[in-house]
Amino acid sequence: MVVLLGQNGAGKSTTIRMLMTLIEPTSGDIELFGMPLKTHRNEILRQVGAVIEKPDVYKYLSAYENIKLFAKLSGVKVTDKLIMDQLEMVGLATRAKDTVKTFSQGMKQRLGIGIALIHNPQLIVLDEPTNGLDPQGIADIRNLILRLSRDMKKTVVVSSHLLNEIEQVATRVLIIDKGKKLIEGNANELFDPAQTIVEITTADNAFALQQLAQSNWQQHVQASRNSNIFLKLDRQAIPQLHRDLVNLNIEVISLQPRHSLEDYFLQITSTNQHVQAYTN
Amino acid sequence: MYKLIQIELYKIFRRPRTYIAFAAITALITIIQFGLKLDGNTYAEFMMRDLSSSITIDGNILNGYLVCYIMLQLLLVHVPLLIALIAADMISGEANMGTLRIMLTKPISRTQFMLAKFAAAAVYTMMLLVWLAILALFGSMLIFGTDDLFLMKSSYVVLLKNGDIFWRYVGAFGFAAVAMLTVAALGFLLSVFAENSIGPIVATMSVIIFFTILSTLNIPIFNAIKPFLFTTHMNDWKEFFDMKVTDTNESIIGSVLRPEKIINSILVLLIHIVGFVTAAILIFKKKDILS
Repeated sequence: MVVLLGQNGAGKSTTIRMLMTLIEPTSGDIELFGMPLKTHRNEILRQVGAVIEKPDVYKYLSAYENIKLFAKLSGVKVTDKLIMDQLEMVGLATRAKDTVKTFSQGMKQRLGIGIALIHNPQLIVLDEPTNGLDPQGIADIRNLILRLSRDMKKTVVVSSHLLNEIEQVATRVLIIDKGKKLIEGNANELFDPAQTIVEITTADNAFALQQLAQSNWQQHVQASRNSNIFLKLDRQAIPQLHRDLVNLNIEVISLQPRHSLEDYFLQITSTNQHVQAYTN
Repeated sequence: MYKLIQIELYKIFRRPRTYIAFAAITALITIIQFGLKLDGNTYAEFMMRDLSSSITIDGNILNGYLVCYIMLQLLLVHVPLLIALIAADMISGEANMGTLRIMLTKPISRTQFMLAKFAAAAVYTMMLLVWLAILALFGSMLIFGTDDLFLMKSSYVVLLKNGDIFWRYVGAFGFAAVAMLTVAALGFLLSVFAENSIGPIVATMSVIIFFTILSTLNIPIFNAIKPFLFTTHMNDWKEFFDMKVTDTNESIIGSVLRPEKIINSILVLLIHIVGFVTAAILIFKKKDILS
């Protein structure tokens, strides 16, 4: 499972809309399944299921009718069993005949995912799937995503800014900010305490970076923002880092190991004000 | 493509709003028929007031054919609004509901999507006209019976024989279908630009009203553009109810006075339909879906 992380306005939805051909990229090309999207659009989309932002479906139709309609559009041979199985999978079998306008946001989201999966796609793209959901709805969607990824072996691309949710399900993380990729890596590496992110606040950032560049720590430097420098290293190496910083004459104001995705993400993407607002 | 059109039709006819137009036409026609049935003779006398002293007419003047003609004159001006309700909602309505996103992530090209949408809007338009024909023509024939059709033009009168009328109605409804499809195509084009239905519906009616005023204004400066306005041609279904006469002023059964005018109008309307739909597809293909 690939998670696309970024603040509001970072470009997650735009990226997904480009993947799904809703927006034309201003430059560059997109390839999926080894094929250019521009020339193999329909071939590619046959293998992709998506829920983009809100799971908007036809409110005047029932859950059953919505799934049937989109199954036909996806070129699937529609059978009653197929539709009911799909509704069963997303926990809506008992509400199959109810019109969607009577559904809660969480039920609509699950129906949206059911529609995205009706043609058994290889790749599932979910844009902010937990937006507007209550805690139970969030847990339901998280479990559903986990089932898709772990049990059904689907590749799932999820965009989100809800870090606590994503931390629990991500296998690979891609952080974007202002339309640019900041970092990409396996979730285990990014969140693994053995690969701890250490945030150093120094009196002279430029000097500190210069000194680190001439040391063995150069390869550990991840990013530099304002007066903070971020290094990724084994937790056990932190005492050695302490000693070396002193030896390199860097005036360290603070040194703080960070473990969670939230810490990591915020420090990578935010200004100090953002960090404060988020953590308060 | 056939499956896509089926899906679009399914969506149209599952929406309650679709039936507003059918209900409105039914109500209007029923009221007119009811009124004419109760007080039709007064209406016929009023219509004949200038001629009653010079000619004598036997038979049933207020027959089903005349009633249908009266209703077409009244209704074909207002039917565009009912068509705009659906046609101008085809894309903007989907954008408003948010379903455009999910539709366009399916393996169908945008051109196919748009063609299927317009085809569905066209089927709806045809069904509305068929319903109008059933109620206005067949309903009136049943209620008022049939006889010769007596029509008063601006400077002369036309008397169409009973057996020479039905095919003219078939032609008139066929022509009206092309005219109404032009309205549907215009509404369809305008629906590409908006993310709610109200704007395109109002815009479609505004364009029709604006062009109709231009088409009817007798100001020489506008005469040059009149032949190119689709509104100039929309009422030419009436041409089917004018016939040629011999040198001795005998009417020629089965003839139409100006067939070239009908053909010209149909061509102008068809060009507009193709133009509006092509423009809608080209614009939509380049459009970023942000709804």
